[in-house]
Amino acid sequence: MKYLQHTKQTKIYKMSENFRLDKGGLINRNKKISFKFNGKKYFGYEGDTLASALLANGVHLVGRSFKYHRPRGFFGAGVDEPYAIVQMNRNNEVDPNVRATEQELFEGLEAKSVNCWPNVNFDIGAINNFLNIFFPAGFYYKTFMWPKSFWYKIYEPIIRKAAGFGAASIKHDKERYEHKYEYCDLLIAGTGPSGLASAYAAAKNGAKVILAEDKSRYGGSLLTSEVTIGNQSGKEWAEQIISELKSMPNVIVKNRSQVFGYYDHNMLVMSERVSDHLPKTDKYTPKQRLWYIRAEQVIISSGSIERPLVFGNNDAPGVMLSSAAKEYLKIYGVLVGKNPIVFTNNDSGYETAIEFKKNGVDPIILDTRKDANSEIIKEAKELNINIKFSYVVVAAKGYKKVNSADIAKISDDKKVISNIENIKCDCICVSGFWTPTIHLASQSGSKTKFNEEIDAFVPSISKQKETTLGSANGVFTLEETLKTSFEKGSELSKQITNKENKISIPTVVEKKSSKHDKFWCVPLPEGKNYKRFLDFQNDVAVSDIQLALREGYRSIEHVKRYTTLGMATDQGKTSNLNGLQLVSEVENKVVPQVGHTTFRPPYTPVSIGAIVGREVGKHSKPTRKSPMHHWHEKNNAVFVDAGVWLRPRYYKRGNENLFEASKREAKNVRQNVGVCDVTTLGKIDIKGPDSAEFLNRVYTNAWLKLPVGKARYGVMLREDGIVMDDGTTTRISDNHYHMTTTTAQAANVLSHLEYYLQLVWPELNVNVVSSTEQWAGAAIAGPKSREVLQKLFPDLNVSNEGLPFMGYMEGNLFGVNAKIFRISFSGELAYEVNVESDNGNYMWEKIIEIGKEFNIQPYGTEALSTLRIEMGHVAGSELDGRTIPYDNSLEGLVSKKKDFIGKRSLSKTAYIAPDRQKIVGVVPIDKKTSIPEGSYLVKDAKAKLPNPKLGHVSASCWSVEYDNPFSLAILKDGKNMIGKKLFAMSPLKNKVIPVEIVSSHYVDPKGERVRS
Amino acid sequence: MLHIKCPYCGLRPQTEFSYGGDATVKRPELNKEVSDQDWDNFVYLRKSPRGKHLELWQHISGCRQWIKVERDTLTHEISTTYKANENI
Ligand SMILES: [Zn+2]
Repeated sequence: MKYLQHTKQTKIYKMSENFRLDKGGLINRNKKISFKFNGKKYFGYEGDTLASALLANGVHLVGRSFKYHRPRGFFGAGVDEPYAIVQMNRNNEVDPNVRATEQELFEGLEAKSVNCWPNVNFDIGAINNFLNIFFPAGFYYKTFMWPKSFWYKIYEPIIRKAAGFGAASIKHDKERYEHKYEYCDLLIAGTGPSGLASAYAAAKNGAKVILAEDKSRYGGSLLTSEVTIGNQSGKEWAEQIISELKSMPNVIVKNRSQVFGYYDHNMLVMSERVSDHLPKTDKYTPKQRLWYIRAEQVIISSGSIERPLVFGNNDAPGVMLSSAAKEYLKIYGVLVGKNPIVFTNNDSGYETAIEFKKNGVDPIILDTRKDANSEIIKEAKELNINIKFSYVVVAAKGYKKVNSADIAKISDDKKVISNIENIKCDCICVSGFWTPTIHLASQSGSKTKFNEEIDAFVPSISKQKETTLGSANGVFTLEETLKTSFEKGSELSKQITNKENKISIPTVVEKKSSKHDKFWCVPLPEGKNYKRFLDFQNDVAVSDIQLALREGYRSIEHVKRYTTLGMATDQGKTSNLNGLQLVSEVENKVVPQVGHTTFRPPYTPVSIGAIVGREVGKHSKPTRKSPMHHWHEKNNAVFVDAGVWLRPRYYKRGNENLFEASKREAKNVRQNVGVCDVTTLGKIDIKGPDSAEFLNRVYTNAWLKLPVGKARYGVMLREDGIVMDDGTTTRISDNHYHMTTTTAQAANVLSHLEYYLQLVWPELNVNVVSSTEQWAGAAIAGPKSREVLQKLFPDLNVSNEGLPFMGYMEGNLFGVNAKIFRISFSGELAYEVNVESDNGNYMWEKIIEIGKEFNIQPYGTEALSTLRIEMGHVAGSELDGRTIPYDNSLEGLVSKKKDFIGKRSLSKTAYIAPDRQKIVGVVPIDKKTSIPEGSYLVKDAKAKLPNPKLGHVSASCWSVEYDNPFSLAILKDGKNMIGKKLFAMSPLKNKVIPVEIVSSHYVDPKGERVRS
Repeated sequence: MLHIKCPYCGLRPQTEFSYGGDATVKRPELNKEVSDQDWDNFVYLRKSPRGKHLELWQHISGCRQWIKVERDTLTHEISTTYKANENI
């Protein structure tokens, strides 16, 4: 209750923007924006990020850390941010894992903290912080391994509840995401000085350029640095180059776009945040867009990220990168503190201190170096900034926000600290020099090398066509960056376009820096046990790495996984190098010997929605419909997915269910006549003088003597003897055949035929082409089917003599050409009529109309299955990629005389074993209980597990002929099992059914009906 | 994603192709005696080289031709592509 009152009080207390400067920054001060964070209302300006707006309001506490639930503030100002992960509510959708440093402010934005409960101010998980003895390196592996049963019941649920940043929505995401494919000559990742210069040079040479910037503003470091290019400030120069590039037709300039992955053959993927900065997504505009870019050349100008310095409690809110503090000042006009300490080992910290000073804030600089001299240091001195050399921050003080720091003098050998004193402060800006962002180069497969000058890895030998420029390549002076980037952009583009437009490289005025100090980790004072964090997102401290090394972990890859260093969503952007330095120190190796862990895409988290793109719901795969689809819909068809096709499963009459309807339909086929849409069957047109010879090699049975006007059933194998597909092929004319395949295998069979024609027997003069979509098909089946056919084709002789079983003829169906095949899948007297697809519906309606007097009914796939199962005709559930012809009782179709694909395999020992599996029929003893498909057949239902499995039920139906359940099964020694009693067990359905094994040909075993 | 140069259609993304395995495997001739071991070698046994590999791809979403591709299994580099009937 006390806690609730507390919240109420803070709500009444209205915050104003205490930390915003009166002027300066690139924000639009004419446009105020209100937003909510953790339910509380604040305001900022257009051009703010959520982070800058919160900081302007003095809000430093934004979350809790992953493991210890320690208070978390802001550490960076961009993509490297390890702390400020928030959960967004936007446009009635939830977006977890959003970096507040990257989220642009918009009117009505709502965000809240993650990884804290009940709220960020009072987090119950913070107790972990005091029990941290239980959370050492590898704590997942150690603490929760024993006893084993506890893992599932106690540890895992608790860890799951406490771990993770944010909660994903369980609702369907209504936002739109898109994919785009693009080719270009040069893809340039990053619009800092190197990106702009190289893009400009390449564009001037006529190259097709894509220039990508992950932030909303172009210019990178030029936006915050005090430099002059030509007669312009760095920022003005950037603006001018960008506007010129934007006006060029051969250049695509994209902001809010992160190139996050470098894949094979110069394929890069970029995520564009199209609408994330807007209150809601416009209609027909995506929220995010994923670009798949195939680039001839890639320039990586991704810049560098400042490294932290490591000291006690260096994770407290208010401790942040000095470059970030400078960015908040110069871009957003925000002071991250009014009493700052700048703790640095190089000149960059001075730039930040100078900015503070210029804006009326007195900083103190603690420089780890004994002494240093440069233009920047001189400027700081002239501004009367308090500089303490050989000084370090020992520990930050303050729990939810830094309020003071213990600082100390450090000895020249950096091993001893003395003169510890406490000074007040409200922020600590750290600079441990710069780490080049080599992720993309590393993903490309490039070798990296350790550059001693900058104590960091840089790309060395390119693997793919990529070049890294500027500070990403360890070049930290603007002059050299611009020079090399103009040159490289020109050189690379000239190779592609053969054009060269000379560009004069502008003169640069910049302040020279002095050498940085390699020192990065402050020793612990005697008797103190401060946590010194390396990985701020995964809470990995110096002591964790030391422990892992003591426990014997040596490889940096192992240390990483054991301690989770660098494995958080920020991918260790601020932690990797310090981790390496520590390992190398403890191990007494040099950093390049330790090596770095592999960088893998994505560089920044990518939303699942963007990866999926538009392929959601009914767009997740194409839907194919037959020309008669509309008729089926109008006649209450219930559809089923058959591969990518939609097929009528049954036609619902009144209140019928699936079972009742399919039974009625199947019964009507057996008694009268039915019609089934068989358009989906695969059809392949085969032409050429060697077609017969080819079919003879493809199918297991003989094909050389098939006369024109006749169809034949055939089975084709893979080379390993397994049945690949079955179907009928009809000889239309001497050198022309019409092959049908099963719906599912159509594409595979075509590839299979092409393989043999193109690669194995190119001497055969045969052409194959898919004609599936050219023909609409209707199967007319049942004892009265001939009467229907006769009325459809009054001029034809369709008697048993005129059109015998497996016969073929062409006819005219009320004005349209038709192919008539006397083939049967249902086991009844049956015909298949094919017309050109456009006439499909016309044919269908004619059949229904003419069939009326014979009680014709359309039937769906369920009735079709029933009919084929009780006839013992095999289909996909038996031809499942595990069975040979014998298993399906198709051995009669296997020629002994000729060779064919897969024949040699049929003599394998296992295939000719006397107790080889074979198809059988299965009937429940009680004649009532349906047997679930997939049930196992066993001898003894009560046998000890594992109960030896004799076979499995492949397909089940309700026999309309006998009005009882009937199934097909593939059974070991099936040939000798007829009449035996077994059990069908379905652990899934928890059923044990006593069954009798019968012939698979349950109905009309002699096949008289089809020939009648 | 690989970028494969179809000898008929030019450079196309991998998604247009389907993989067809080792291109050096030769099917034993029809109607010839084949020992169990030779047959098993043909059906099942494939080398998995580290480095250059001549393999089959079919341009299923393009010209539907089966082509031969010399690809480095280590670097994924494609050095040459051939038509099915080209002598290598
Ligand atoms: Zn092609």
